[in-house]
Amino acid sequence: MTDQNTTLSPLDLEAHEKPFLDANELVINMGPQHPATHGVLRVILRLDGEKVLGLECVIGYLHRGVEKIGEHRTYTMFNPYVDRMDYVAAVSNGLGYCETVEKLLHVEAPPRAQHVRVILTELNRIASHQLWLGTHALDIGAITPLFYTFRDREEILKIYEKYCGARLTTHAFRIGGLQYETYTGFEKEVKNFLTFFRPKIDEYEELLTTNRIWVERTKNVGIISAADCIAFGVTGPVLRASGVKWDLRKAQPYANYKNFDFDIPIGENGDTYDRYLVRMAEMRQSVRIIEQAVDALPEGPIMAKVPKVMKPPAGEVYHSIEAPKGELGYFIVSDGSTQPYRVRVRPPSFVNLQALDVMCRGQLVADVIAVIGTLDIVLGEVDR
Amino acid sequence: MIAKLKGNYGSGVEALTYAGQNYMVVDRSLIPEILQVLRNEEQFDYCVDITAAHYPAREKQFDVIWVLYSFARNERIRVKTQILDGATLPSSVPIWRGANWLEREAFDMFGIKFDGHPDMKRILLPDGWKGYPLRKDYGILQQDNEWVQINLGIESGQ
Repeated sequence: MTDQNTTLSPLDLEAHEKPFLDANELVINMGPQHPATHGVLRVILRLDGEKVLGLECVIGYLHRGVEKIGEHRTYTMFNPYVDRMDYVAAVSNGLGYCETVEKLLHVEAPPRAQHVRVILTELNRIASHQLWLGTHALDIGAITPLFYTFRDREEILKIYEKYCGARLTTHAFRIGGLQYETYTGFEKEVKNFLTFFRPKIDEYEELLTTNRIWVERTKNVGIISAADCIAFGVTGPVLRASGVKWDLRKAQPYANYKNFDFDIPIGENGDTYDRYLVRMAEMRQSVRIIEQAVDALPEGPIMAKVPKVMKPPAGEVYHSIEAPKGELGYFIVSDGSTQPYRVRVRPPSFVNLQALDVMCRGQLVADVIAVIGTLDIVLGEVDR
Repeated sequence: MIAKLKGNYGSGVEALTYAGQNYMVVDRSLIPEILQVLRNEEQFDYCVDITAAHYPAREKQFDVIWVLYSFARNERIRVKTQILDGATLPSSVPIWRGANWLEREAFDMFGIKFDGHPDMKRILLPDGWKGYPLRKDYGILQQDNEWVQINLGIESGQ
């Protein structure tokens, strides 16, 4: 942890509005409508020429009051709302929410449901990383990966569409298990996808990993140390790229991840390039997990015994999962009625975004765009 | 750990478990010390979340909850305290830098102020907004109409 960062005060904008204070310093506004901020993120940059001295994020443009809505809906009714937070990883949001309510209800989803959940969630991790890779590379100036990743992501969305009728905000899980049994040929289609997708990761890597421009734009850009990650509560691939071998699927297994064999890829330098490599390796690990889950898909019921009208006993539970972006937590307080007394969502994007300031200090303006991309934030989740 | 804390602080700390999850209910006066001890002596180096819940019928209206995690112990704990409406809490930013935005959100949504916070202002709602939406007496359709009229130039956001 560097002391320098802790002692710097937040941006004092008024002081910088005085003319001719320091002719070298410039305060400029980026966003909220900026193609590289991945949504409505506004960043106020303080610059010395091209060098970033500090920045402040202004967020909330997409705030819909998801937590307040949760208090006014029944447990079942709130389930589709969580898909609208991290809308590129809707399945993960649903998994976290359903498991938290299951904990409150003291029920557990049956093994078949758990397996299908793992398959869909890992497919979702791949889809989320594909979207990240395409847009991140586009921000830095490589257009081709976007077409490749969106072409391949389509195959995952087709599986979702066939399974539950929706492509993006899937509402795939129910509290206690699944609403839908898998369709005929589900296993075969998932396996076909894996065979199709495995060489595609190499294809992406061929375009970028040794590409001189890509390496120049990402190596030693936006470095964050492991100590800083922990101090800021940064999780997910960003934390792992800084060398911390920590993944909730291993550390505190949920669903039935403990039955599957997979590695946690880590990086060394904590720069944008390492984060890229970590996410690429994670896609390969997801393929491994899905393969095992499909092969061992057990027969049996897909719903646990849950009452039609859910009234979890009074109590409070915090449960979190490893979403594609990091630790996604739900803290739900039940007062024994049909509606949650309080729903708190701990969004990974919101907490990770806080580190943008330390990651960008000393970098060039153009690198801010690379760092926003590498953090892999979704503003729907930051603002909720 | 719990036994040690109880030994040092007596009745101010109550250790509980629900659904296999450990949490502590701590007296408001002990909060600064307990958080320091958890961070520095018990290795809870990752502040996962800081949030609150509103109970308008109680005298001490707010529950404030810290969710902490220790990488070394692979263990989670929640610290909970009750405070009066208008009472403040010490900021945890010197302990965990990530507490900054989390405390700002608690202030934004509940109006709970954290003393010593470097930048105690709203985070998700606009700076001039009146009211704290996650309080129970704030209606789900309620808005700061004055703000909406002045800044958006429309009668109502509804």
